[in-house]
Amino acid sequence: MTRITAPFGRRAAAVTVRETHGAYVVIRCRDTAGPLPRAGQFYMLRSAERWGGGEGERPFLPRAFSVLRARPRPSGCELHFLIEDVGPGTKRLCELGPGEELLLVGPLGNGFAPPREGRTPLLVGGGVGIAPLAIWQDELAASAAALLGFRDAPHAAGAVLLSDPTVATDDGSVGHNGLVTDLLEEELDVSVEELEVYACGPPAMLEAVRVMCGERGIPAQLALESGMACGFGACFGCVVPTVDGYVRLCLDGPVLEADVLQTAAVAGAGH
Amino acid sequence: MSVEFCGLELEHPVINGSGTFDAIAARRAFGDELLERFPFAAFVSKTVTLEPRQGNPPPRLWELAGGLINSIGLPNKGLAGYLRHDLPQLAELPVPLIVNVMGFRRDEVARLVEAFSERAEVSALELNVSCPNVETGLVMGADPAEVARLLDRVRPLTDKALIVKLTPNATDVPAVARAAEEAGADAVSLINTLRGMALDPETGRPWLGGTTGGVSGPAVRAIALAQVHAVAQAVEIPIVGMGGVQRGADALDLMRAGANLVAVGTESFRDPAAGLRIAHELVDLLANRAV
Repeated sequence: MTRITAPFGRRAAAVTVRETHGAYVVIRCRDTAGPLPRAGQFYMLRSAERWGGGEGERPFLPRAFSVLRARPRPSGCELHFLIEDVGPGTKRLCELGPGEELLLVGPLGNGFAPPREGRTPLLVGGGVGIAPLAIWQDELAASAAALLGFRDAPHAAGAVLLSDPTVATDDGSVGHNGLVTDLLEEELDVSVEELEVYACGPPAMLEAVRVMCGERGIPAQLALESGMACGFGACFGCVVPTVDGYVRLCLDGPVLEADVLQTAAVAGAGH
Repeated sequence: MSVEFCGLELEHPVINGSGTFDAIAARRAFGDELLERFPFAAFVSKTVTLEPRQGNPPPRLWELAGGLINSIGLPNKGLAGYLRHDLPQLAELPVPLIVNVMGFRRDEVARLVEAFSERAEVSALELNVSCPNVETGLVMGADPAEVARLLDRVRPLTDKALIVKLTPNATDVPAVARAAEEAGADAVSLINTLRGMALDPETGRPWLGGTTGGVSGPAVRAIALAQVHAVAQAVEIPIVGMGGVQRGADALDLMRAGANLVAVGTESFRDPAAGLRIAHELVDLLANRAV
């Protein structure tokens, strides 16, 4: 699978649409200079104006976001990003609306690989980690089943971004009362098809998916997150432990095969 | 505007700080456009040690007001791996290559210097002296006598330019610079990162896998300026100034304080092409100043 490379340097992209889905904000922007990304690739984002001066005088560094959706346009493409306000960087990005600009670098990283011969894709997402599964479901055809887990009803409002998902919430306010990995376990046990799992979500969820699929010999592609300063292999900050030692998630990931990982519970993810 | 530095003819005065830009990785991310618009006038590679290193356990980064703390731990393939895998790719870059080396004893540094001395692809060597000498327990770059002993050992081994990368975590940085000059260093570069620490807000324990790390970014710019200024009073050899450079004006400040070249580090994390922008801004500022 050849890598889709990014234009060198960061570039401005005008925000065209801002919409809210419960606890989440979706920002759409117009990228006139970049290629159409592959599902699972990511961008480093910051606002063009007022990046800094938030809580603790942060943010300083750009933030990594998997692309939620991408549409080709006569020149370049329209990119959608899913953002939850959890810190000074995401807070600033959530404020952006039409007329304002993002500065972005990307698309970066590898992206998802197609399912192995004869295997049916099953998408498993948790929280803001549903983002790369939406674009992947677009590519796979909407028939790919999706299991999504959220904290509560305001977060479960993000489920509309995927087609026909089965939802779980920690507080039982929407769908199954419990974890998305409960739904996954049930699916793995009853499915008559040979599955390939695609998962993105919080570290504990991904680790549960890794163990569950490993025990059953089911291939799983995990889109991970790690604290990342640059996104293009310069800072060596985003390493995760694999059977071959540490690898940089921005370069060799963010999608890694579950069976190469020592653990999917990456230390420091989400800071 | 071309500049001369240690016998190298450079297109402009902006290079990268060691360990802040991986040209091989960047070529994977950006393709050959990286070579067409290479952001630095010379490329300084990440520290090479004799043996391979995995680096520190994560988390490795902490964002600060105006910068970050990193605790990376010098991961690298080791000398043999570097020669086999990295050097052929770095030789394809359109600019001179400066290789940064570090050893935990003088003999290790000597072996690295000897190995690179033979390689035509390598234009100069930078000595990372910000590590403890396991034989004495002293941080080589914190003590003028240690630096002099190191240079005495490695200077006779190569005709290539030797740049000593000074640590700011020293009592008397100009004295270390002077010792390096007297023992035959061709240039000094500074500042390396300043030792710093962050605590996990939830547990109160050190956040970084390596407990402490190095502070960089605009937060250290004023310190860099003061140290470059002090070192420039102490030595005649050229100086590579770095620390928090984000704009051409910051680079110009370092040059006014005595730097011959300026290196960009952390700003490349925020914009991969920052070196190009800063070089353009600096060249414009220098041209205006000349008028």
